[in-house]
Amino acid sequence: MITFDRVTVMYAEAAQPTLRDVTLEIAEGELCLVMGSTGTGKSTLLRCVNGMMPTFTGGTLAGRVVVAGRDTRFYPPRDLADVVGVVGQDPLAGFVTDTVEEELAYGMEQLGVPPDVMRKRVEETLDVLGLADLRRRALYQLSGGQQQRVAIGSALATHARVLVLDEPTSALDPTAAEEVLAGITRLVHDLGVTVLVAEHRLERVVQYADRALWLPGDGTVRVGPPAEMLAISDVAPPLVELGRRLGWTPMPLSVRDARRAAAPERERLAGMTPPISAPATGTELLRAARILVRYGEVTAVREADVTLRSGEIVALMGRNGSGKSSLLWALQGSGPRQGGTVNVAGVDPARQSASQARALVGLVPQNASDLLYLDTVADELARSDLESAARPGTAAATLRRLAPAVDPTTHPRDLSAGQQLALVLAIQLTAAPRVVLLDEPTRGLDYTAKAELVRVLEELAADGHAVLVSTHDVEFSARLAHRVVVMAEGDIVSDGPAADVLTASPAIAPQIAKILAPLPFLTVGAVEAALTEAGR
Amino acid sequence: MTVTASRVAPKGTASATDRLPGDARRLPRGLHPVAWWLWAIAMATAAARTNNPLVLLLILAVCGFVVSARRTDAPWARAFGFYLMVGCSVIAIRVLFRILLGGGVAASGPVLFTLPTLPSPSWATGVRLGGPVSASGALAALYDGMRLATLLCCIGAANALANPKRALRVLPGALYELGVAVVVSITVAPQLVESAGRVRRARRLRGAGGKRLAAFHSLAMPVLHDALERSLALAAAMDARGYGRRAGTSAAARRTTAVLLIGGLAGLCVGVYGLMDATTPAVLRIPALLTGAAACCLGLALGSRRVQHSSYRPDPWRLAEWLVVGLGLVPATVFTVLATADASALAAPLDPLGWPSLPALPAVAVLVAGLAGFAAPPPLLSGTAPQ
Repeated sequence: MITFDRVTVMYAEAAQPTLRDVTLEIAEGELCLVMGSTGTGKSTLLRCVNGMMPTFTGGTLAGRVVVAGRDTRFYPPRDLADVVGVVGQDPLAGFVTDTVEEELAYGMEQLGVPPDVMRKRVEETLDVLGLADLRRRALYQLSGGQQQRVAIGSALATHARVLVLDEPTSALDPTAAEEVLAGITRLVHDLGVTVLVAEHRLERVVQYADRALWLPGDGTVRVGPPAEMLAISDVAPPLVELGRRLGWTPMPLSVRDARRAAAPERERLAGMTPPISAPATGTELLRAARILVRYGEVTAVREADVTLRSGEIVALMGRNGSGKSSLLWALQGSGPRQGGTVNVAGVDPARQSASQARALVGLVPQNASDLLYLDTVADELARSDLESAARPGTAAATLRRLAPAVDPTTHPRDLSAGQQLALVLAIQLTAAPRVVLLDEPTRGLDYTAKAELVRVLEELAADGHAVLVSTHDVEFSARLAHRVVVMAEGDIVSDGPAADVLTASPAIAPQIAKILAPLPFLTVGAVEAALTEAGR
Repeated sequence: MTVTASRVAPKGTASATDRLPGDARRLPRGLHPVAWWLWAIAMATAAARTNNPLVLLLILAVCGFVVSARRTDAPWARAFGFYLMVGCSVIAIRVLFRILLGGGVAASGPVLFTLPTLPSPSWATGVRLGGPVSASGALAALYDGMRLATLLCCIGAANALANPKRALRVLPGALYELGVAVVVSITVAPQLVESAGRVRRARRLRGAGGKRLAAFHSLAMPVLHDALERSLALAAAMDARGYGRRAGTSAAARRTTAVLLIGGLAGLCVGVYGLMDATTPAVLRIPALLTGAAACCLGLALGSRRVQHSSYRPDPWRLAEWLVVGLGLVPATVFTVLATADASALAAPLDPLGWPSLPALPAVAVLVAGLAGFAAPPPLLSGTAPQ
């Protein structure tokens, strides 16, 4: 179905090719997982399939990419639209029309599909992806998961035989991601669509994949069965990490298989308790009571109580739109707040000037790049020292500690997502707030960048900061958090030690907890430590 | 633009399907968007002919009735309230400027009050700031502002009743690309507003300090970056979905089409202007309109032959559509004929001042146009199950 024939991709100003001499063949009806760290060329590989590379990205492509018998050298993306459907990370950015039905039909209209056929296909697509109830709804009113399903549906309605998905679940909460992935696997099985999907959070997709492409980062692509590829790749979900440590062969890919393989370990670990992360005994840095945030008729946060102590890392979880961001903004004092009190060091940050508020509570927003507007990293850092009246070089020193590899002469927009996050965090820390809030920092981060973020946040906590992180990523909060707060519809529905909250419900349980249930282990590290203990 | 609702969309499908007596028995469907636009433009044509405040208020009321009876529950259907607010500010601005700048021009009537006069420089003789404000001058400004506001609200009614993007879909094939360009630019504006709001909030997180230039820079740069990235993403998405596939056409055919279309549009503009302004010579009215229309049709027919895209669920044009357009034409015709026959028939008494009266025939004509609310089928709501 898809053939890469000695493909080499080189971007202008790049020192070496992103893809080097790649030859591979993807058969019809395969679900193929593309994995690799950030910057190894996953998106580039996907864009080659429908000719977006080099038409829209620039750069040069040597070799041949043939899709369904069409060579992308002679067919621009629009002439491949009837064969290849593309879904990106942000579905809203690619929508052309207003309502679900019209969006599903848009691609077919371009292909000149007759109206009666089009009508039939729209109805089918609405059913396949479970969108029938939403058919006349405005697209921007839908939730992230629903939007992503519409995007997939509109790619499918043209009867595209190849579906290319670039991190389709990166912005979604665990439940919405399950929903989208379930839709995709159903398509593969029912319609025989060939799917090529890139994903950072492998734990969500790897069990469905027929084959895996691993991009190690040197421009080559390794192809093989998912279990084999995961055994050697530098990126691995916690399940595989555990399997590697315990020497499981064949490598289990689903929780079900892993539970069977882990039976002896469960026996050995029975009765042991994981090393409890130190309960927060530091001084109270932030106390908020009965926080109320409303937008018109919608209540975003309903009388929430939050307390943060020094040395404590708290994860704030909940589905998209449950009020996490609104709560963070209200705590910082820059967002709207209709009721309740916030007390940081005896004052309410909302009543302080902007610069005083950020010296009390620092917030890294979801779109970290909104804070960056100068031409180089060094300028941003110098500006930050000026804004915070800090000694020149303070921000630069912080950034060196957070992300030593960042070159100060780069343009902030050219940094990777993880580096951008580190830069904004450094800027916010220059004002020396004791309380640090981060809104969805893991979006677009690979395993390495996430591990790096965990290290940085743990250091901050050790320095006596209080850290509150909102995140969808259960594995991330399992590794990081001492305490987990879960929100739903503006209410705080549970608040307690990470081990208790994360094991309480399967929707937000990390893989390790699912494998070892009912034992209260959350991370590979904890299991390993306990096993060494048991071995002694 | 994303309109925050001044009123909430009707709640509950049960009450919404029988908003007018008899609706429960009729099959809900969306009226053809062009029918609503023609109806609204006809109402605007009528409104443009009068400055009688009672007639204008009646037109507004009729528009409001039809909108509340026949709009859907989509977000853009709440646009009418927004247009009403814009209309009010138009009136306020019009009156304020008249008082400040030209208060004494119609100085024949009683003087309400006198503002201090600012001496104007020699190069601006004729422009005077302040001075006496006469009642008739202020009232004339008020009526004028009301007329403008009513025109705006007629367009607002069309926006609320028919999604403008959907209306553009009926453009003939030759104009398809133009329609898409308009749709995309309509979408960009609310996105810019949204990202400006987001960046402004984020700036406070950085202390929001700095000189004014730096502050502007810190707002503009991220917003522009954002807009650029979004438009590139949209362009790539549209291309990947097949936008712009076409069979080859000769350069000569394209040129002929372009000349016919542009010439025709110019003719149409002149003709429409002529109809709106009673002082235009007769040659520039109906004849210009017809010639322009003919040239446009020819150009469109030529251009449409090369297009190969199809249209999903095209709206049908049935009896209800004819009725709605016909009802809209009633006041437009009555007002045009009346204004041509006797220019004072539809004017409010300003000199000498007097209470405006509600002329019978125009009032009836406007009320007849309001029957469009009954003639149009009940709208399909997003909550209702598919038929």
